[in-house]
Amino acid sequence: MNKQKNQEYLDFIKEREPTTSLFPSILWAFLIGGAICVGAEALGMWALHLWPTLTPKDIGAIEASALIFLASLLTGIGVFDKLGKVAGAGTFVPITGFSNATTASAMDGKSEGIVFGVCAKMFAIAGPVIVIGTVVSTLIGFVYLIFRL
Amino acid sequence: MEIFLSFLYTFLAGGVIVLLAQILIVKTKITPARILVGLLVLGAILEAVTAFKYLEDFFGSGVTIPIVGFGAVLARGAIEGARATGFLGVLTGPLTAASAGLSVAIVSAFFMALIFKARTKNLK
Repeated sequence: MNKQKNQEYLDFIKEREPTTSLFPSILWAFLIGGAICVGAEALGMWALHLWPTLTPKDIGAIEASALIFLASLLTGIGVFDKLGKVAGAGTFVPITGFSNATTASAMDGKSEGIVFGVCAKMFAIAGPVIVIGTVVSTLIGFVYLIFRL
Repeated sequence: MEIFLSFLYTFLAGGVIVLLAQILIVKTKITPARILVGLLVLGAILEAVTAFKYLEDFFGSGVTIPIVGFGAVLARGAIEGARATGFLGVLTGPLTAASAGLSVAIVSAFFMALIFKARTKNLK
């Protein structure tokens, strides 16, 4: 009896679950994600035009920093959320998503104060990316070091 | 014309990466945070097996701007550090390579949080 009730309930929530239809959402993700990358590429070319001595590494840093700042600002003024609703992975898989995660989490923490709110909460979502990224790349570095690659 | 083609490749690469992530989000129950971490590790591994360089040469920002590029930058920092200064280089390399982006993300998030209020809280 109980089991049957459970099943009924599971069917019920399945029915009510919000579903995103696949096609429009992947199309928007594709278009907006692609556009963000092209924007960054264009910015990098412009930077190289202004300062021809930049190395490819510098250009990568400039592109990433600019997108991160822009995404943070758009999160602050509340535009990023609206864009993200349409774009889905299109805005959160590029580096803009990392920036949105830190800024939005920091803003959410504001009511709990600066130190334990803004500063501590800032990494609630972005933290795993920094931790896993650092751990994995350090391991890779040690593999290179040990095998003298 | 050449510039147009390179923009097209950038657009397609970036678009396809996010498209695959979007399919995972819609079709599976994998959370976005896990997808981000997965792509990050993928980027680091591609860099470790020296494949990322070729993708970057061809697709430019199309592969460096998605989070796979962040993983690759971290791994590249570790590898270059290992070659340049050995043990210490492995430790300083990854975060040094990613430092510009990380610093902007932290400083910018801090000041945005001071200036703006979270909108969801206003509803209460």
